[in-house]
Amino acid sequence: MDMILEFAWLLIRIVLFTFLPLILLVAYYTYAERRVLGAMQSRIGPNRVGPIGLFQPFADVIKLLLKEIILPANANRFLFFIAPVLAIGPAFAVWAVVPMGEGMVWANLDAGVIYILAVGSIGVYGIILAGWASNSKYALLGAMRAAAQMVSYEIALGFSLVGVLVLAGSLNLSAIVHAQAGGMADWYWLPLLPLFIIFIISGLAETNRAPFDVAEGESEIVAGFHVEYSGATFAVFFLAEYANMILIAALTAIFFFGGWLSPFEGWTFLGDSWLREPSIFWMLGKLAFFMFNFLWFRATFPRYRYDQIMRLGWKVFIPICMVWVLVAAVMVFTGLVVRGA
Amino acid sequence: MLIQEIIFYAFSIIMIVAATLVISVRNPVYSVLYLILTFFSAAALWILLGAEFLAIILVLVYVGAVMVLFLFVLMMLNVDLSRVNEGFVKNLPLGLLVAAIMLAEILVVLWYKGRTGIEDFPIPEPLSADYSNTAEIGQRLFTQYLWPFELAGIVLLVAIVAAIALTMRKREGVKTQSIPKQVQADKRDRVKLIDMPVEGVEDK
Repeated sequence: MDMILEFAWLLIRIVLFTFLPLILLVAYYTYAERRVLGAMQSRIGPNRVGPIGLFQPFADVIKLLLKEIILPANANRFLFFIAPVLAIGPAFAVWAVVPMGEGMVWANLDAGVIYILAVGSIGVYGIILAGWASNSKYALLGAMRAAAQMVSYEIALGFSLVGVLVLAGSLNLSAIVHAQAGGMADWYWLPLLPLFIIFIISGLAETNRAPFDVAEGESEIVAGFHVEYSGATFAVFFLAEYANMILIAALTAIFFFGGWLSPFEGWTFLGDSWLREPSIFWMLGKLAFFMFNFLWFRATFPRYRYDQIMRLGWKVFIPICMVWVLVAAVMVFTGLVVRGA
Repeated sequence: MLIQEIIFYAFSIIMIVAATLVISVRNPVYSVLYLILTFFSAAALWILLGAEFLAIILVLVYVGAVMVLFLFVLMMLNVDLSRVNEGFVKNLPLGLLVAAIMLAEILVVLWYKGRTGIEDFPIPEPLSADYSNTAEIGQRLFTQYLWPFELAGIVLLVAIVAAIALTMRKREGVKTQSIPKQVQADKRDRVKLIDMPVEGVEDK
């Protein structure tokens, strides 16, 4: 009985501190995306529902949930409905090991980094199965593109983290943040600048975002893998995509920008100010910045051609990663960067 | 530990059922999906043993990459479902023979090591809370088993080179893109801006 109570209490805490905030963040991320893109393209964006359009996400959710879910003819019924679940499950499960502050993590896994890569790689099944089960050629084409792209960029994404692991000496995300203590110049973006750029770009490709959003490619294949999905099932894919974007933003902050550490740590002239203390606000600030980047890129760059995406991942990023892992090893060996515990 | 036993038996049953379904379902896509379920259950059993690193790597490599490519190929091929199980009875004796040989191999190894009774396989000791499977594997791989590890790496490298070499074939008359030329394309070579007077407007 005690165990069941304990389990229920854990579940309630997970919902309160991770699940609900994440869903709210996704809701307002979509709103922010439309407003930011609007501003960047000299439009207004949604501004009708509530003050300056702030209730727009709720209107969208209600609209999507009330819409009819259409099952295409000859679609595989079971796989058609399991696919969105397979997309959203990993997108949330990954957050188990992502720390937002000192000790603010559900599972402080020693193998945290590979857990993220492993669980993140399961998300691709949602997309492939959605494309196949829809029994539609556009959906299948989108799924094929997405699958090849995500599997390819997973390698670049994982490889760019090897440099971080060499410098931090740990697979534990909290330990990686601790290893970056000291101030802005000690964060890994500086010694690992090429890997940092590769991580950001691979993150875009991994989440199928512009300029690598050929999996949706509305001008060629309508909406790609989720073209046959409507209503709540479409909303789930949407939720998964945005949750993954937020995850990549959080991981960028943790791996390359010192997570919850303060950028002014070494600035002694500030005195005993909270500005020098590590806190969750720094983490949230960095998260917001990298989330904004996704929108910025989308408004700035034209879509890549598919073969060029593949070439960039395999023939440019992976060789650069291999070289820079060696450079990182030399940096640790010569004492240029002090290796973490 | 009751809970551990429940988890163990649950995942074992799922694994055996899924593994059986891999070879018995008609639709090859379902076959692959059941294989993924089998891998997943195996990973769960490894976590029960405290081998978290191996379990996560199993999911990462097999579930996350290898099986995606399996599915990829299957969906591209558009397999004729009515013919999938045609050779099942014909090839059954051969399949059984291979299975018997593999079982015999396992038994020979166990017999050679003198581990034939159930008492030779004790329940694993519970690991201490600060035991890190990841660190342990890293330590062993890069000290005790360095040479086998490097050797395995070279074997894999050779396999990669061979696979790439097999796909490289030159044919006459095939039009391909020259990426360096494309990258070097410059605005000045292709776009010509011409000054011309605005038409339809009177000069003042």
